[in-house]
Amino acid sequence: MPVASLFPELEPLLPRVSKPIQYVGGELNAHTKDWDSVPVHWALMYPDAYEVGLPNQGVQILYEVINERADALAERTYAVWPDLEALMREHGISQFTVDAHRPVGAFDLLGVSFSTELGYTNLLAALDLAAIPLHARDRDESHPIVVAGGHAAFNPEPIADFIDVAVLGDGEQVVGTITDIVRDWKAAGCPGGRDELLVRLAATGGVYVPSFYDVTYLADGRIEAVRPNRDRVPERVTKHTVMNLDEWPYPKTPLVPLAETVHERMSVEIFRGCTRGCRFCQAGMITRPVRERSITGIGEMVANGLAATGFEEVGLLSLSSADHSEIGEIAKGLADRYEGEKVGLSLPSTRVDAFNIDLANEFSRNGRRSGLTFAPEGGSERLRRVINKMVSKDDLIRTVATAYGQGWRQVKLYFMCGLPTETDDDVLEIAEMAHDVIRAGREAAGHKDIRCTVSIGGFVPKPHTPFQWAAQASPEVVDNRLRKLRAAINANKSLGRNVGMRYHDGEPSLVEGLLSRGDRRVGAVIERVWRDGGHFDGWSEHFSFPRWATAADEVFGAAGPVSLAWYTTRERDGDEVLPWDHLDSGLDKQWLWDDWQDALGEFEQDDCRWTPCFDCGVCSNLGTDIQVGPTGASLAPQPAPGRTLLPLTPKV
Amino acid sequence: MARRVPDGPPPPPVVQRVRLRYAKRGRLRFTSHRDFARAFERALRRAEVPMGYSAGFSPHPKISYLGAAPTGVASEAEFVEIGLVREVDIEELRAALDSALPDGLDIVEAVPAGVGSFADRMQASAWRIELPGASAESAEAAVAAFLARDAVVIERVTKTGRKPVDARAAIVAISVSSAPDGLSGAERAILDVVVRQVTPAVRPDDVLAALRSVAGLALDAPPVAVRLAQGPLDDAGGVGDPLSPDRDPLETAP
Repeated sequence: MPVASLFPELEPLLPRVSKPIQYVGGELNAHTKDWDSVPVHWALMYPDAYEVGLPNQGVQILYEVINERADALAERTYAVWPDLEALMREHGISQFTVDAHRPVGAFDLLGVSFSTELGYTNLLAALDLAAIPLHARDRDESHPIVVAGGHAAFNPEPIADFIDVAVLGDGEQVVGTITDIVRDWKAAGCPGGRDELLVRLAATGGVYVPSFYDVTYLADGRIEAVRPNRDRVPERVTKHTVMNLDEWPYPKTPLVPLAETVHERMSVEIFRGCTRGCRFCQAGMITRPVRERSITGIGEMVANGLAATGFEEVGLLSLSSADHSEIGEIAKGLADRYEGEKVGLSLPSTRVDAFNIDLANEFSRNGRRSGLTFAPEGGSERLRRVINKMVSKDDLIRTVATAYGQGWRQVKLYFMCGLPTETDDDVLEIAEMAHDVIRAGREAAGHKDIRCTVSIGGFVPKPHTPFQWAAQASPEVVDNRLRKLRAAINANKSLGRNVGMRYHDGEPSLVEGLLSRGDRRVGAVIERVWRDGGHFDGWSEHFSFPRWATAADEVFGAAGPVSLAWYTTRERDGDEVLPWDHLDSGLDKQWLWDDWQDALGEFEQDDCRWTPCFDCGVCSNLGTDIQVGPTGASLAPQPAPGRTLLPLTPKV
Repeated sequence: MARRVPDGPPPPPVVQRVRLRYAKRGRLRFTSHRDFARAFERALRRAEVPMGYSAGFSPHPKISYLGAAPTGVASEAEFVEIGLVREVDIEELRAALDSALPDGLDIVEAVPAGVGSFADRMQASAWRIELPGASAESAEAAVAAFLARDAVVIERVTKTGRKPVDARAAIVAISVSSAPDGLSGAERAILDVVVRQVTPAVRPDDVLAALRSVAGLALDAPPVAVRLAQGPLDDAGGVGDPLSPDRDPLETAP
């Protein structure tokens, strides 16, 4: 039976809300299919506002991969702003997809991509607006299977009550496996109901069904054990790894929004995974091994994507793009190819060395040299050894001075505050570094018109990292250190004048910490916060720390063993069962522990791309391997064929 | 070394100017002007239109937009002028640009620019406004009361606060008709309004606010407005085609 569009009911409300264009769909390269033409229907959600969610690569990739199948369709849905939510509730309009404006509750599956835990309250809002029961246990065959993915899904325990399944790792292939299973189960007349479908998914070993696992607790609040509660369900659920990125050149036709979004550019993922081994970095740990896209594969994606979108900027994405084995060739090849075509190239530059500046110069060959970004992350060399982000202060100053000397006006330096073993002195060294940067920069540039912005984020310990056992610093400690840092920067008026400082206060980080390393008992806190009006927690104007703190106090109780502090500022022992131990990222827990001990001992770990394997466990546990070049190929001077429109012929 | 200037020769000169009429239809009427401008510039690149650019480190394509319809208002008569560094086949340009834009943002006409200022021709607009839940009689009474006044000052809510706007002085004419609603079949009043282009512009919303203020005209649902024409105001109080002097160079621009 076809599912009707909600647009006729929605349309009269749109003149009354801000930025109505975000709700109408119709983007270039968007798809709609007839509902009845396919057996399997996916709604894909990014649980934040459209302007943040639309550029998300994970959603765009799955949207295309699913829609390329003859037996499935995918439509997108995003969190609606409070102004429209109120009108939707008043007029009884359900959470809808922006493609064909179908009610989300009508789909077979609702896939939600969590880049951050701060989207959890928006999941509850969307479920409720879609009239899907909040708790998975209250759903039946008429409701979608709610699937969580994205980095936060590596510990989905805090949302275990609200999701039916979670998937770890790369989604390109497993989304097909899930689609097959749902299609076959529906074709067979839904035997065994929802429960049997979930068992079939769990039996693959790569789909986690939280309700099939029981968690028991010790009297002191720690987890005693997590055990499967039925047959055909694995002890541990494994992450997915796509090998050979060249076979997955998605998104092929990126979505081009009409509304303004946070990334107004086309993105090409040049490699996946990172083995730099920064100990704070969850992304680097859970996406191993490194798999490069080839230089020719990148060239084709850029050419096809530009032809399909008309974007004027291409971002070469990865966790550390300058580390691609052929990045120099790629930069030069693309800069040559698009010289004079008004196409800008950008590279999230995080490595602090001269090579990075050469790349940046290549990318800005004849454009404005506005800003460069480096991420030393830790203020002192000691601390940088702890987090395994090795860059010496001298190298940094030399590199940055070179940049100023070559016409760059602004350098941004990223740091974290609240790292394990950190003291006030470690953070105060940031001020010294910023002053030295300005001093050296003025000399190299020959003038005083330069700026250095110090941008500082609060550190949040994440699952599946060596810091998963660490105590998170309290907001008071973080805020206090940052106050001292600001004073130290401004203590030198002449140099401090050219230094900007940006930071967020520590409270949101504490909530992120609760959601990152929480277990199933945290679900009730999320639900209470949402019922109390909490949503859009990634937005400072919507986030309320008192709301979270009060909800945690009420749910955990004064007499209970656990609390907000217990989940966040408590250091864990090596023998504690962690809430995500049954979820397999490939990393050996023992290796993570040893790396944690190395961190405390200030020992560094090398990168396995250039040194022998150090047995983190990923390749041997998952049967994967590093895929890096160089391939030796180069980019042809002309764009690859594949343009959708012919060049305009001159008038005759 | 500190101060860089762009290398190479200055950008090539514009050799052809093209004036385009485009429409904003259906659900894409919710496109704001800024949204349209971004989409249009991307379409120019997708269609490989040989655009002229300004000089400097951040070159801008040579595009002049003329009085854009407000967000949420459909239009059959939006105009933009572009400067090209090479002469192209005009119909091919129109078709290529149209297919590079999403359905609902449609390039309807393209004409090589003649002499005379394009902006100066945009003297007035013709709006059609459908009023759900209003009968033709109530609309006629409200319009008569409105036209009888010399000025009807309404408050426009802007981001920075409330601003008084006279919705009456710019109105050239309003006629009232009615038609059955497409969905419900109920009669709805339709206003055809000719508005002089003034600063600040008087928009359909302002006219409705004025009708509400002078005669309490109430609606069931938000009005649906479309700009049917934009151009020179003729002696009979109608809105002419601003592209006709370009189509026929012998005709002098107003």
